[in-house]
Amino acid sequence: MIFRPQFLFSLILVSAFSAGAAERVQFNRDVRPILSDKCFHCHGPDDKKREAGLRLDVRAEALKKGESGSIAIVPGKPELSAVVERITTTAADDIMPPPKMHKAVTTAEIDLLRRWIAEGAEYQGHWAFEPVRSPKVPQVAGAATPVDAFIRARLAKDGLAPSPEADKATQIRRVTLDLVGLPPTPEEVRAFVADSSPKAYEALVDRLLASQQYGEHMARQWLDFARFADSNGFQTDSSRSMWPWRDWVIRAFNDNLPYDQFTVQQVAGDLLPNATQDQIVATGFNRNHRINGEGGIIAEEWRIENIIDRVETTSFTWLGLTLNCCRCHDHKYDPFSQKDFYSFFAFFNNVEESGTIQGASNRSGGNSVPFMKVTTAEQKTKLDALQAAASEAGRAMRAAEKELPKLVAAWEPTVAGSKLVAKSAWQRLDPENIESKFGATLTRQADGSYLASGTNPAKDVYVFDAAMPADGASAFLLECFPDPSLPNQSLGRNSNGNFVLTDFDVFVQKAGGKPVKQTVAKAIADYSQKGYEIGAVLDKKSGRGWAIDGPTKRDPRRAMFVLEKPLPPQAGAKLLLRLRHEAIANHNIGRFRLSSAAADAVDVKLDGDTSLTEIKLIVATPFAKRSPAQVKSLHAFFRANVDSPLRAADRALAAATSAVMKYEDTLPTTMVMKEAATPRDAFILTRGEYDKPAAKVTMATPAVLPPMPKGAPLNRLGLAQWLVAPENPLTARVWVNRAWERFFGNGLCKTTENLGSQAEYPVHPELLDWLAAEFMRSGWDMKAMMKLMVMSQTYRQSSAVTPAMVAADPENRFLARGPRFRLTGEVVRDQALAIGGLLVPKIGGPSVRPYMPEGVWDETSKYGDLRGYKADAGEGLYRRTLYTIWKRTAAPPTMMLFDAPTREICTVKRSRTNTPLQALALLNEVTFVEAARGLAQLMIQKGGATPEERLRYGYLRATAQELESPAMAVLLKGLKERLAWYQAHSEDAAKLVSQGQSKPAEGIAVPELAAYCTTASVLMNLDRVVTRQ
Amino acid sequence: MNATSFRLQDHLNRRIFMGRSTAALSSIALSSLMKSESQAAPAVRAFPNFAPKAKRVIYLFQSGAPSQMDLFDPKPQMEKYRGQDLPASIRQGQRLTTMTSGQKSFPVAPSMFKFNRHGKSGTVLSELMPHIGTVADELCVVRSMFTEAINHDPAITFCQTGSQLAGRPSIGSWLGYGLGSMNHDLPAYVVLTSFGTGRTNDQPLYDRLWSSGFLPTQHQGVKFRNAGDPVLYLSNPEGLNRGLRRQMLDELSALNEADHAQGGDPETLTRIAQYEMAFRMQTSVPDLVDTSKESKEVLEMYGPDVHKPGTYAANCLLARRLAERDVRCIQLFHMGWDHHGGLPNAIRGQCSDTDQATAALIKDLKQRGLLDDTLIVWGGEFGRTIYSQGTLTETNYGRDHHPRCFSLFLAGAGVNKGTTYGETDDYCYNIVRDGVHVHDLNATIMHLMGVDHERLTYRFQGRDYRLTDIHGNVVKGLLA
Repeated sequence: MIFRPQFLFSLILVSAFSAGAAERVQFNRDVRPILSDKCFHCHGPDDKKREAGLRLDVRAEALKKGESGSIAIVPGKPELSAVVERITTTAADDIMPPPKMHKAVTTAEIDLLRRWIAEGAEYQGHWAFEPVRSPKVPQVAGAATPVDAFIRARLAKDGLAPSPEADKATQIRRVTLDLVGLPPTPEEVRAFVADSSPKAYEALVDRLLASQQYGEHMARQWLDFARFADSNGFQTDSSRSMWPWRDWVIRAFNDNLPYDQFTVQQVAGDLLPNATQDQIVATGFNRNHRINGEGGIIAEEWRIENIIDRVETTSFTWLGLTLNCCRCHDHKYDPFSQKDFYSFFAFFNNVEESGTIQGASNRSGGNSVPFMKVTTAEQKTKLDALQAAASEAGRAMRAAEKELPKLVAAWEPTVAGSKLVAKSAWQRLDPENIESKFGATLTRQADGSYLASGTNPAKDVYVFDAAMPADGASAFLLECFPDPSLPNQSLGRNSNGNFVLTDFDVFVQKAGGKPVKQTVAKAIADYSQKGYEIGAVLDKKSGRGWAIDGPTKRDPRRAMFVLEKPLPPQAGAKLLLRLRHEAIANHNIGRFRLSSAAADAVDVKLDGDTSLTEIKLIVATPFAKRSPAQVKSLHAFFRANVDSPLRAADRALAAATSAVMKYEDTLPTTMVMKEAATPRDAFILTRGEYDKPAAKVTMATPAVLPPMPKGAPLNRLGLAQWLVAPENPLTARVWVNRAWERFFGNGLCKTTENLGSQAEYPVHPELLDWLAAEFMRSGWDMKAMMKLMVMSQTYRQSSAVTPAMVAADPENRFLARGPRFRLTGEVVRDQALAIGGLLVPKIGGPSVRPYMPEGVWDETSKYGDLRGYKADAGEGLYRRTLYTIWKRTAAPPTMMLFDAPTREICTVKRSRTNTPLQALALLNEVTFVEAARGLAQLMIQKGGATPEERLRYGYLRATAQELESPAMAVLLKGLKERLAWYQAHSEDAAKLVSQGQSKPAEGIAVPELAAYCTTASVLMNLDRVVTRQ
Repeated sequence: MNATSFRLQDHLNRRIFMGRSTAALSSIALSSLMKSESQAAPAVRAFPNFAPKAKRVIYLFQSGAPSQMDLFDPKPQMEKYRGQDLPASIRQGQRLTTMTSGQKSFPVAPSMFKFNRHGKSGTVLSELMPHIGTVADELCVVRSMFTEAINHDPAITFCQTGSQLAGRPSIGSWLGYGLGSMNHDLPAYVVLTSFGTGRTNDQPLYDRLWSSGFLPTQHQGVKFRNAGDPVLYLSNPEGLNRGLRRQMLDELSALNEADHAQGGDPETLTRIAQYEMAFRMQTSVPDLVDTSKESKEVLEMYGPDVHKPGTYAANCLLARRLAERDVRCIQLFHMGWDHHGGLPNAIRGQCSDTDQATAALIKDLKQRGLLDDTLIVWGGEFGRTIYSQGTLTETNYGRDHHPRCFSLFLAGAGVNKGTTYGETDDYCYNIVRDGVHVHDLNATIMHLMGVDHERLTYRFQGRDYRLTDIHGNVVKGLLA
């Protein structure tokens, strides 16, 4: 290998990619990085922080005479340019950048700036914001693909040569791990190595791209981008269900949904005409953010945070931009204003949501509105059938209903003595005194209910004092009603329309006596929110109470409280009822009515009628004199209480409807985007604070980028179309750059997370543009682009290095050798399961619970429903890691050790570390110990009869390579020694092979299995196994 | 056998015969989890920036927010206003949490606890902290802390990372990144957690509080577990003893070195060293947590809880042992300080958990000469309101969250001992003198560790981030 001295020189002085001494300086490559990093902070796009009126990111401005009379840049005349003077001066007061910035300009950088000015100080637009054009592919002898032509042209320029092709076994392992995230099987390796056809490699690539595991592997990274998790992420960090969205992502990759549609459906699938279930599920991308349900939060503050999260995530994921920097001020480096930020924000501002958990509970989990039920084709058929049955029952009921007047007329004469009616009836209680203890106003309504208004105290108590009914009381009925004046037009007074009733206290006070508390023996409700069952009202210790899903369900609710001992009639006695709301702040009942019954406890019915008094009156009224409302009441009473063909039809309908609802309750839900009928106004927020709105803004894409496509609607759908418009300079570049990073370890522009002004100038700018153009030309075909990259010679070359190669290009940016790097945590685990023969290849479905350390969710939390972690029994232990349940505040510990993000925010790039804690996990975590035993069994069962054959087979499974003799000797020696040891210590052998839930294979001597188990563990811990090379 | 195989064989033989002396290797490729001081923060400027006062910090985080007017900031004059509404002139329209913003009234709840002067300095502390009173002359009490968040999750995240939102590195990760580790057997940043007895079902903690954020993940805090292995996966599986493990690691190293001889990737050597470090940790960590050789006097000093693993007292003793082993940043999180109701009882429980052990830690460090170069911080994420949340009675009250002022204390290296800093108004509601923002506190902690908080930065997404964002001033008044 030959290195030209000039190349080494530039590498040492500036960076690998800057102009050599003889070459013309290029603004984007050489100068912008210096100006951006050292100058733009005070002399860049942010006009509020601009110092001395000087702006260096725009040529015309930089060439103007400044406030001091000097000129920053005089083209051709570095000696007259103030910029050069100020960065070279020795005067401490004048030197730029000011020393307190800690951004001193280096000698090499000064030299570059001087040369650039001397050469005319030509500017270029920031490369990533320039339109994507397809550069001409260089003609390079021996380059098999355009990718190789670009790479080899650059290598030749620097006097470097590519490496030879990697051996075939390395190639199949590399490309299999890269495309499907699993190792090749020994059979696949041997078949591929033996296949001398020139098309063998391409056939392999095609097979991998067509496999279902491809979608899983691609989805894994997308989950980091989308900050996907199974929990809400703040404080109690309770559960949510977003796995239908994850399934959508896997399917989309496997179906090779073009990236433009992949984008449009996730950003705005709900707004597509006649949107399908899949297209709406896809919008879960922007609901994967955390949701704060902590008590006492100001919901609007967190609604704003959620929207800002969507802006950040969308701009990182698709545009590679740090728009988040403009939350508080204009961007320091890029030409984006705060107005741009909040105009972008406006696209995401119109979802029907409050900012806190709604439609679910902060403690017991669930999805927050808006969400949708999701069906598979099979479930859809069943649901359709149930719905048809319900419609049929509805028709039957309406037919029977026509007979109602006749039925009532026949029944009327029997009313007076009807026992059924008397027993099931509730008598309304009219209070002598009713008040809110903490200042709310309770106003009587026409139907005898009371509506709360005015102040909504944190924990209100409703005082309701009434005279003892004439026939005593055995039970009380609490009816709660929705009301248009209540939040969310629901039943409760909290901002989401919910209430939590914690206590229903009953006291009796005899005339002149003290109140005596009565015991409520039983409480029944017609509906309870999960985790807030009615029984909690009787259980003082629960700290909870009765809630009714106020945010999503706005139906009248009933609860019945039966006394342990019925109260006899007692003249002058008073009933003192107290409704307490002490579990969660502001969750007070909105509108309610109280009734009592005197029947025996066994006879009182929750659905008993409340209008007996009235009914008797109506029946006594001559037919002609009854008002329409009275007729309606009478009919309603009859239907609810008297057996008749109509009642049977009503019951059949109720049963059919309930069957639909019950089935629907079994269906999974997933959160989605849904626009509110009226868009919310959006404002620039001063310093990014939710309560400091300034100027109003409308939806718009950043001014400096190309406008939205003609005809695109001004909403999220239009935004999505803009993201994938051919004029958008960023989306395709960002995607191909990250695809490159996936295969080659680094992006062509290393800062894959940011293509703005602070981005690295790409090491191969032409190749990046060529790929971006090709991506769009292909119709955004992701599989085609992946194939294009992995088919290249550059990808297929050997990764072996010499110290000289490492010294010359430590990060392998020029790709004179193949890429070599550690596998991600997920692949490390999946690979171990596969090598050990334990992997369950089932695709999709709810998250699973593999082994995790005991108490993983409990050491730091006593809140929420994600506690008391228990591993699954059976297949959940052996599924691919992307299905592992993800609690954000206590994420899967092994994945944390292997650089996985917590998924609290969008992460487009992971670190790649190498630590002793990883070593401990791979040696000792039960997953890996069990997988080692799996491998040991396979070595014994499938490897052959001799230890040598078995070791060879094990090595092949773990590394895809044939075991060579020196290493064989080392392994053989250790295996024999440990076999002897375990034969002498069979108890230890038994302990070692019984790790994990799967049972050791029968028919293998336990000491032998234990010894192989240790050797299998050695194999699985090899550097070359946790690395893809 | 061809030439390559010969070389390989030679290499393997040497490895095998070198036996266990792989320590030699680790000196070539030192671990990145426990980077030695000379290897800290690659390509970053040299840290420390100046001679540090503290080599290590023990941050005793009191999660849930202890009530400042019941512990550190007495307001006896409030007795006159008992039950009266908080004047609007004091509240100044500042936002409240929605737990009390709907309250009809905001009745002033004077503390029911007595305060006493302690030590030569006369430092004033609540009767709930008699043991801390005995080390009062070591303390610098700050009564003028303030923060920006009003709810726990964002507020504690803010203290730890300088941002209310997830994603930034924690203070311990920054220190580990900037300063590196001082030992070769333990992490640079260790976290210990405990539940309080004052309020057992209290605010939870989150992994992000010790996360490395966008810094390389080897800088994340290692949370010691209170049950099972203190460090995850530390123990060999049952049936596999240390001798066998050693033998396996020798084989592993031999094969890895052979691969390195062919493939040449320096990362392979690092991996070999990491496995050796893991092997050493299998003895260094158990040795660390084994307190059986502690003297009776020492154990008694920390109080009876010291015998119960996972208690604050046991963790304080571990903190001292970690400090002795030169772990850079040791953080305890004690939960249970969120007293919206039933404060008097709850705070008694919390103080009985923490008072004696905190004092013991300070004394123990001092008697070993470690207090001179160890910084101690004791405090929570915000303060509490002077007005009662819920009903106020003679013997009971609760307090809501209050970000506008709160108290904490520092002790140890470089701290202005025996002083009380800052002042709040009569209602303990607003700061009237010498406010210390969370960013100021973090800047000061870093300063004591020898780090200029404006210079320890990390380029992420094109921007140079730091713990204190673009804020923070070293508070000179807290320094000796």
